[in-house]
Amino acid sequence: MSTSVSPRARFAVRSAGRRAERGRPRSSRSRWSAVGFIVPAWAYVACFYLYPLVSNVRMGFQNYTVASFYTGRAPYVGLANYRAVLHGSEFWPTVANTVVFTVASLVVQFSIGLALAMFFRRAFPLNGTLRSLLLVPWLLPLVVSGTVWRWMLDNDSGVLNQALLQLHVVGHPVPWLVSTKMSLIAVTLVNIWVGIPFNMVILYGGLQAIPEQVHEAAAIDGAGAWQRFRHVTLPLLRPVALVVLTLGLIYTIKVFDIIMIVTQGGPVHSSQTLTTYAYDLSFQELTFGRGAAVGNVLILVAIVFAAVYLRSTRETEGGTR
Amino acid sequence: MNLLPPRLRGMTAGRCALALAVASSLALSACGSGDGGGSGSEAGSLTETDYYDSAPQNTQLPKVLDECGDQVGVKIVHQEVPRAQFMPKLLQQASSRSLPDLALVDNPDLQQLAATGGLVPLSQAGLSTGVLYPSIVAAGRYQGETYGIAPGVNGLALFYNKDMFASAGLTPPTTWDQLTADAKKLTQGKRYGMAFSAVGTEEGSFQFEPFFWTAGASLKNLNSPQAVQALTLWKTLVDQGSASKSVVTWTQTDINDQFAAGNVAMMINGPWQLPKLNAKKDLHFGIAPIPVPSSSAKPVTPLGGEVWTVGHSDRARERKAVAVVKCLLDPEHSLEWSKAAGYIPSDRAAAARLAASDPQLAAFVTEVGTAQARTAELGTGYPKVSEALWTALQACLVGGKTPQAALAEAQSKTTKS
Repeated sequence: MSTSVSPRARFAVRSAGRRAERGRPRSSRSRWSAVGFIVPAWAYVACFYLYPLVSNVRMGFQNYTVASFYTGRAPYVGLANYRAVLHGSEFWPTVANTVVFTVASLVVQFSIGLALAMFFRRAFPLNGTLRSLLLVPWLLPLVVSGTVWRWMLDNDSGVLNQALLQLHVVGHPVPWLVSTKMSLIAVTLVNIWVGIPFNMVILYGGLQAIPEQVHEAAAIDGAGAWQRFRHVTLPLLRPVALVVLTLGLIYTIKVFDIIMIVTQGGPVHSSQTLTTYAYDLSFQELTFGRGAAVGNVLILVAIVFAAVYLRSTRETEGGTR
Repeated sequence: MNLLPPRLRGMTAGRCALALAVASSLALSACGSGDGGGSGSEAGSLTETDYYDSAPQNTQLPKVLDECGDQVGVKIVHQEVPRAQFMPKLLQQASSRSLPDLALVDNPDLQQLAATGGLVPLSQAGLSTGVLYPSIVAAGRYQGETYGIAPGVNGLALFYNKDMFASAGLTPPTTWDQLTADAKKLTQGKRYGMAFSAVGTEEGSFQFEPFFWTAGASLKNLNSPQAVQALTLWKTLVDQGSASKSVVTWTQTDINDQFAAGNVAMMINGPWQLPKLNAKKDLHFGIAPIPVPSSSAKPVTPLGGEVWTVGHSDRARERKAVAVVKCLLDPEHSLEWSKAAGYIPSDRAAAARLAASDPQLAAFVTEVGTAQARTAELGTGYPKVSEALWTALQACLVGGKTPQAALAEAQSKTTKS
């Protein structure tokens, strides 16, 4: 995190760099070696990012069928794929699902993450151990945690329903994964669980960077715990919170694996988001052009928020400098 | 401390960077276009891909492949890919001109794959299909050419737990009314009377089609009164609690596990589960034909099974691959494979012999004779209609839609481009 580096440390690094620059004569040989170091990075980016990206954008304008895979020929159809997708009966419900999934995930992840970060600022025994244990959801491969969640949410034998029934919280098993009304809630819950550690870690770092003296000064001025949180912690945490939320948004909007493993977007597309919709169009219906079109819509949304993120980090850097 | 290996320590930064640049430009040119050949391009070996991910199929297939490889004098490199990634993988390989020499493709997917143009027409390569079941031959054909031939086929039937039926004093149901009533009687405590798979994949449609076709419905008209009648049967079973709501997430393997564990009294499943069920010694089960709407109706089941295809490569490899397929399909090997994997040989005479020697398979052999290929009506249009159908199943069973509304929506989806 750029904000957790103190200004003095950053100055030291910068001036050290300047000194090194001044000390080294610029020969053509060193320029060639510089090129040699840059070329692999660019080759990597071109091969594994640019090429697929450009292909996907192009495929969105093509009628790409199974035969196109072998012949390599796919006629250009202009905006027909986008028109078909936008006018399809599934598109807008899918967008609504994506918005609900993303907003609910972000709000709850952030709130719980912040609460936990505040909690771990206090010194208590086993603080470090507990904090590292909370990271486990983040470290587990999603295929593993997703599969375990699918078992836990099972209608008849899942541990969650068994527990709720035994505790008499519910009278009938909750159809987490087998109802069109519950499935979106179920995948959102799983995604929240996965996202909490990320929010907690970054927010905890942000909280550590707020000087203790500010809190003390506010306390001396007679501010209560809530007032200190509301008027000291939150405003000072704002830059970090902005970064967490923007990154969280970019991560959440492109979540694919959790939904694919837990519900496959079903039943009846009730937990389908734009990512699983794109997969479905391409690999179930084999209409690759339309799948690419949905993928491109997602890329566009991600780019917009990535730009917001880059601007906000630049602002925070400018602010602390 | 110097962490570089000794050989690199002498290198200057410039030379090191140059080496990296060369290496990466090689990688860059490699990512452009792969030109043919595929993996294992030495003449002595062929590549093979299938989607069998559980025993006994995935343990038996390599054995049969090795036998036929030895007979033809070629090494066969076996690879299994999960069912969900199978078609995407083959399509990717088609785009890089590296389709496997041999692929075992699900029969409703064959026409899609043949449409790519990447498969060798087997009829021209000298393979004949005269002695096989006509419906599986039809499933392997695209635009008048045979591209895929099945060593074995399968169908669906009703599996029932004999002990549970005996203690309830019941005999296997033959009509839909009996099925509904028996399923209700057999539902006790945590045990469900009936299980089928309405999962959101081709498997869901495959399981529903026996009821759909037996009622007299056609895939060209998903919301006919007959189709509504069939879906009403499934909805009744779920609504009265005789089948779990989880049927919308259970695959055929899942319902088999539930049946083997004694959690359900009846299930719809295929002969490929027999080796697994027979291995469970304390399970006593019987197999009956799928119940029909009225006692005069005949069950029509969808034809299941995978077909061997040969991918385009060069002449020598294609010839060898065809020779291997010929060996896999000969009466001896197709019977060996069918017995081990729980399939019915596609060779009608071999199937009849197997039915005589194995009463468990008799019900399936009778059914396969009248089974319908899923692509028979719609050809390459089948996957799309099938998706509309399984979506309708789920919308009706757990989405609160009536059978009429769910099927009407499905039909309107298939008519739109």
